[in-house]
Amino acid sequence: MSAFVALDRVSHAYGGAAGTGTLAVAELTLGIEEGEFAAVVGPSGCGKSTLMKLATGLQFPFAGVVRVAGEPVRRPVKIAGMAFQAPTLLPWRTTLANLLLPLEIVEPHRHAIRRKKAEYVARAEALLASVGLGGQGSKYPWELSGGMQQRTSLCRALIHEPALLMLDEPFAALDAFTREELWCVIRDLHAARRITVILVTHDLREAVFLADRVFVMSARPGRIVVERPIAFARPRDLDITFTAEFQAIVHELREHIVRARQ
Amino acid sequence: MNPSDLAVRMAPWLYTVVLFAIWEAAVRVFAVPAFFLPPPSTIARAIYDYWPAIWRNSLFTLWATVIGFALAVGFGLLLGLLVGWSRSIYAGLYPLMIGFNAIPKVAVVPILVLWYGIGFVPAVLTAFLISFFPIVVNVATGLATIEPELEDVLKALGASKLDIMRKVGIPRTLPYFFGSLKVAITLAFVGSVISESIASNYGIGNLMQQAYAQFQVPLIFAGLIALAVEGIVMYWAMAALERHMTGWAQRSGFAQT
Repeated sequence: MSAFVALDRVSHAYGGAAGTGTLAVAELTLGIEEGEFAAVVGPSGCGKSTLMKLATGLQFPFAGVVRVAGEPVRRPVKIAGMAFQAPTLLPWRTTLANLLLPLEIVEPHRHAIRRKKAEYVARAEALLASVGLGGQGSKYPWELSGGMQQRTSLCRALIHEPALLMLDEPFAALDAFTREELWCVIRDLHAARRITVILVTHDLREAVFLADRVFVMSARPGRIVVERPIAFARPRDLDITFTAEFQAIVHELREHIVRARQ
Repeated sequence: MNPSDLAVRMAPWLYTVVLFAIWEAAVRVFAVPAFFLPPPSTIARAIYDYWPAIWRNSLFTLWATVIGFALAVGFGLLLGLLVGWSRSIYAGLYPLMIGFNAIPKVAVVPILVLWYGIGFVPAVLTAFLISFFPIVVNVATGLATIEPELEDVLKALGASKLDIMRKVGIPRTLPYFFGSLKVAITLAFVGSVISESIASNYGIGNLMQQAYAQFQVPLIFAGLIALAVEGIVMYWAMAALERHMTGWAQRSGFAQT
């Protein structure tokens, strides 16, 4: 039984084939189980974002195999939702219309959206309510705060009920309090949907608080140097981030990254 | 309406009146001869005296300009989408377009006359040739600046290039497109008047050439005023269209204080 997201000795380079371009990741091996919350941390430029592109089928490695849900990835996987540091909402659409965008693209929804518009709108509104944005659907993105925009971006990543959620430093641009609020939003979404999440982050506290396992990547070309299970029971409360045990794990991971940078 | 809103509304008229007043005063104080720089009062008199000719020729110029501009909008939009669609088309066409744009259009008019004879058609085509470039550049820029993350979000869902174009590219290009229309419409006037000056029996350009030949300096200036008014009216129409179509892109309060 292979993992839900499995990378097997994967190497990828930008700007040319093997040997000519700069290696972004080399011999990267990683397995993430279905329903697991995985966090990937590492020094800047270690190929974390490349990992996301490989796992979603936006890029293809020159060596090794990427499998998602048992299938080798040869095209965009379509079962993934993505959110980034920038919310990248469309300013000419209302919040609700922004949420419906993936449904206008992805099969089978794109052929049903005219017919089942009311149903989809109801789904989008329910999703907004679940992240604390109930009744905000008619607002335009610029009328929302940064944190609210990022919640909307998360909803957009989830509206088509993906099996896999890819988060690339989604909270990096937010202030500390908003960030912790959104940790809890993500924690609850993961708990409610049993969705597989891969979170790429610089923030070790964020990784330890949210993840079942934290993967530490080496400096470029990236590969996994440490795999650290996080055993805190779920549901986790923000208070655990202040416990000595939590701090110890953060320190331990920090040591690994300091070593990886050298 | 509060007083400051009123001040903003009246400002264009006030500034115009002040400009003409200074002009009038300067000409009188320094006793500038009317054949060198006529005062606004003399120009106004010329507009009154030659009103039928100015009106007829203004309409002619306006027609040539608007038709040339409409061609430029259609062609510029298509070419801009094409150039923005693929990097190789961009790489191939861009130098050609820059080269073409660098050619003074006044040098193209004789060729157009050779092909189509003097009159309306060269004026339309010159207006078209001079005004399509900013539209192409702006549309292509709008497409080229799509956020890569957003593209990733959609591609991961299996979006085709056409999907991304329809859902993101074209809507986000519209502010650039409508912004470019304001530049293009004023350029179109330049094009049609150049052509009329060289090779036409009608239009404000031709009227000014005739006035020049007869040394009727106030009438030359009357032609310039007529062009300025037409330019302002069309610019204003484009600005209104822009506000109407892409209000979402104009939420900054920066210029409103």
